[in-house]
Amino acid sequence: MTTENLLEVEDLVKHFPIKRGILIDREVDQVRAVDGISFSIPRGQTLGLVGESGSGKSTACRAVLQLIKPTSGSIRFEGQEIAGLSRRRMRPLRREMQMIFQDPYASLNPRKRIGQIVGDPLKRQGIASGSDLRKRVQELLVRVGLASEHYNRFPHEFSGGQRQRIGIARALALQPKLVIADEPVSALDVSIQAQIINLLDDLQDEFGLTYLFVAHDIGVVRHISDQIAVMHNGKIVEHGSADQVCERPQDDYTKKLLSAVPIPDPRESRVRRQGSTATS
Amino acid sequence: MSPAPLLSVRDLRVGFATEGGLLQAVDGINFDVRPGEVLAIVGESGSGKSVTAQTIMGLTRSKNARIEGSVMLDGVELVEAPDAELRRLRGDRIGMVFQDPMTSFNPVYRLSKQIGEAMAAHRDDLSKQDMHARAVELFEAVGIPDAARRVDDYPHEFSGGMRQRAMIAMALALEPELLIADEPTTALDVTIQAQILELLGQLNRDRQLATILITHDLGVVAEVADRVLVMYAGRVVEEGSLDEIFYDPQHPYTWGLLGSLTRLDRPRPKRLPQISGTPPSLLDLPTGCSFRPRCPHEFAKCTELPALEERTAESPRHCDRCWLSSEQKREKRQVGGQIGLEAPA
Repeated sequence: MTTENLLEVEDLVKHFPIKRGILIDREVDQVRAVDGISFSIPRGQTLGLVGESGSGKSTACRAVLQLIKPTSGSIRFEGQEIAGLSRRRMRPLRREMQMIFQDPYASLNPRKRIGQIVGDPLKRQGIASGSDLRKRVQELLVRVGLASEHYNRFPHEFSGGQRQRIGIARALALQPKLVIADEPVSALDVSIQAQIINLLDDLQDEFGLTYLFVAHDIGVVRHISDQIAVMHNGKIVEHGSADQVCERPQDDYTKKLLSAVPIPDPRESRVRRQGSTATS
Repeated sequence: MSPAPLLSVRDLRVGFATEGGLLQAVDGINFDVRPGEVLAIVGESGSGKSVTAQTIMGLTRSKNARIEGSVMLDGVELVEAPDAELRRLRGDRIGMVFQDPMTSFNPVYRLSKQIGEAMAAHRDDLSKQDMHARAVELFEAVGIPDAARRVDDYPHEFSGGMRQRAMIAMALALEPELLIADEPTTALDVTIQAQILELLGQLNRDRQLATILITHDLGVVAEVADRVLVMYAGRVVEEGSLDEIFYDPQHPYTWGLLGSLTRLDRPRPKRLPQISGTPPSLLDLPTGCSFRPRCPHEFAKCTELPALEERTAESPRHCDRCWLSSEQKREKRQVGGQIGLEAPA
């Protein structure tokens, strides 16, 4: 089979209990953050997961990575079931799946040098040390568009876009197969967003990476994804190829997301505005 | 005839003394805002757009700040005005909406109290009941459902979008003539962004507010602005009407901004056109045009700083700072059938 799936998620559920009571915690209700979602990502492709805040997309990511324990469901990575694996058995797999975070200001330890931040995963997994480690980290920095002299600098010396490059270098250090990017560009200026998206594109081609790309902006998601899954209230309401979802959306919620993206064309948006005032 | 400007900014320069030397955050900018007009100031982080807005409100005043030039609000000079005078104007005649609705409210007071406080600071003839009623009225005006009850909530009980509406309600409490919105939708989801932009547009039309909208996103600009100022490294590099900026952009930086937007209304390109590199350090600006190091169209003349002037005979008040001729610009800005800075490598 050529289009083998790297990741298969089936009926993934994550409910958080709502507890009341002082001495005895009674569970009075549940927040159904992720309420039975299924998707798969073929090796080397990108699945875009779109939805508003609170739709459950970040919880889904964290459950896939086993950062939180899913309530139920199956997560298969390269055919192996990983839901419910112990921390120890999960550890060698962590090398294969890495994450890029939203806020480049909060996701880098301000007291560590860039070399340490990017090199730490390599050290912890026992892959490289000493001068080999330094060389590898410097190569990575160059690959993501920074310079090898940045090795000894601190995060505060970098702009938001550069920090996101550092986060990408850290995620790639272990040569993972799957990269989960949770809103990687939404904290950045639009002009810098394009740089980071292009970088992610290049890295995917070069290293054959598989991406789960999470964002609230369907315009950005469409650009990078092969497939798009639209999440709403913990469920996937629409799933299809990127062009299909954006050009021929079936679900009302998808249509709402699409119509919210500003069109950078004043004549278009005037037409749109008149349309909306005429109907309201 | 357009009405007389409510706000006139002339040769505004704002510098800060830092350990590395004088940092010229805003280097000589001019603009007018008229009642009922939305002026968008667009630029990347560090372009000076927020410092401009804060200076208008007198929020950048400090021992190490050097503020020169003139900011006239309806005939009153703000740059030289004493602090007490500025305090009177802030909130009363100028309302401000900040980027982060999560941190702009005090978490330990009810919203009604915070909005009431803003009113009490300027009007001593309002009773508590009046202020409460007014807060409810404002919440209704900005589209917060169940306003009479929600007005007594604490900030944490509101979602991001609702908090931004409450923020706008507070900014409008004393019916200011000028509203300054600094990245009002950047922290919000796109769906909520659309609602907030619609609200700002509607308030602008209904109340004849003069609005300054600060953003890094030209998509947002297209939805609401009348005129656009594009800033780069503390200077205005292009100024024009909304249509001029989108359909006849003159400065390569504007092309880059337009090109790098992801667009749902067009087939997706293989790669997003980007502006490579990063903005220069304001402590170490290149000589001449500050955009030069990132500009693929740079030539010998660019080491001299071009003036901001009208360069196209047919459209007055459309100014830019670029040495290329109009014909060169028309040709060079076309990248793969669209406006952009450069063909991706």
